Amino acid sequence: MSLQTMLLQLGEGMLTSMAIFALTLLGSLPLGLVVSFGRMSQNSLLQSLTRVYISIMRGTPLMLQLLVVYFGPYYLFNISVSRQYRFWAVIIAFVINYAAYFAEIYRGGIESMPRGQYEAAEVLGYGRLQTFFRIILPQVIKRILPSVTNEVITLIKDTSLAFAIAVPEMFTEAKAIAASQKTMSAFVAAGIFYYVFNLIVAALMEFFEARLRYYD
Amino acid sequence: MTEGREILRIRELKKNFGENDVLHGISMSVREGEVVAIIGPSGSGKSTLLRCATLLERADSGEIYYTGESAASMDDSGGIVYADAASLAKIRRRFGLVFQNFNLFPHFSVLKNVADAPVTVAGRPRAEAEELAMALLVKLGLEDKAEAYPCQLSGGQQQRVSIARALAMQPDILFFDEPTSALDPELTGEILRVIRELALEKMTMVIVTHEMAFAEKVADRVIFMAEGLIVEEGAAGDVIGNPEQSRTRAFLKKYEI
Repeated sequence: MSLQTMLLQLGEGMLTSMAIFALTLLGSLPLGLVVSFGRMSQNSLLQSLTRVYISIMRGTPLMLQLLVVYFGPYYLFNISVSRQYRFWAVIIAFVINYAAYFAEIYRGGIESMPRGQYEAAEVLGYGRLQTFFRIILPQVIKRILPSVTNEVITLIKDTSLAFAIAVPEMFTEAKAIAASQKTMSAFVAAGIFYYVFNLIVAALMEFFEARLRYYD
Repeated sequence: MTEGREILRIRELKKNFGENDVLHGISMSVREGEVVAIIGPSGSGKSTLLRCATLLERADSGEIYYTGESAASMDDSGGIVYADAASLAKIRRRFGLVFQNFNLFPHFSVLKNVADAPVTVAGRPRAEAEELAMALLVKLGLEDKAEAYPCQLSGGQQQRVSIARALAMQPDILFFDEPTSALDPELTGEILRVIRELALEKMTMVIVTHEMAFAEKVADRVIFMAEGLIVEEGAAGDVIGNPEQSRTRAFLKKYEI
């Protein structure tokens, strides 16, 4: 196998990894906000439910959650799943797992906001939604961005867990090449891919942080 | 001096936090163009009274009226009933509040801090709101700070911005909660000057303050509170210059006036 073929094959895997990465963020960043509202809710049932949910998501391995989401429909409900479900199982498992982490980050950020911000908005007549989306959330985003960056970088490496259910992402491809060609070079190339991907994402997040540094 | 229409009327307002009674039944009224200073030792309930009047805190009983419109009134069994959300939203437009700690929005520029609520809340056209905001900033000597962010300003400048922000909503009455307490002593003068100018323009104001000399000079009427009650109330010169009650005298003695 030529280096070119190998890189091409890894590149395809890379696209799958990037798709997992992007779709997970797209789903978990907003879902996390909804979960954090549940966690901070006055309704004690809702609050307990989200508390348990977050606890399970953070307290068990993501690999296990992935296997449950993938095999669950068949073993629990005897529903046979399509071939495409493999990929979507990864997205579902990742979104609900990452939403739990993001929810706690949002909650920390929202609860750290001084009460005076809410009171100033209230006296000026801002409605609840206006207060949250105009006054509170923009400040929360600035505060939590470093923690979000941490999670995002972990997510890049976590995409390789899709290997567990044989989704052809980059790590799965690298393992297949290494096994068939009896060479380490695929792993080295995969490592470089992940690393560069990470550098780009980290630089991007740093750019966002710098953009928000216009105050304080 | 008390000819104008009644802007604010509070009747028998009571508030307790758990076991702790903070307001024991406060009644007061403020007429258009009047400047009322509320003084008293810390823990006397001055700030709680202001927070109840501005609807940040819910009272346990009593009545609150703005220009005759009821924000809170008593039902037949003596409980307090607040107006519905839509009426309260309308009533909030009648007053403004200047906080001790400014509470500016740090992610908004000075201009946006002042112009955002008129646009977002009152639905004014942006150009018009920014024009008014700019005029207020000029008036408060902040015209060169319009594009700055609150963190780039001194405490005195921040407090002036927060006064401009409250004025931009064109309230009938403006409340001040110890507006100079968070400022370095050398910066209090610029805030007191602004309030004095507003008083000359006949802005209706209620000011909770520890600046006795200032209260005596600027206020038409002074209310002395202690332990959740109004102990003494009257013309500024009388209450501060020649108090009747021994508790008022004892309090003022600490300020050596």
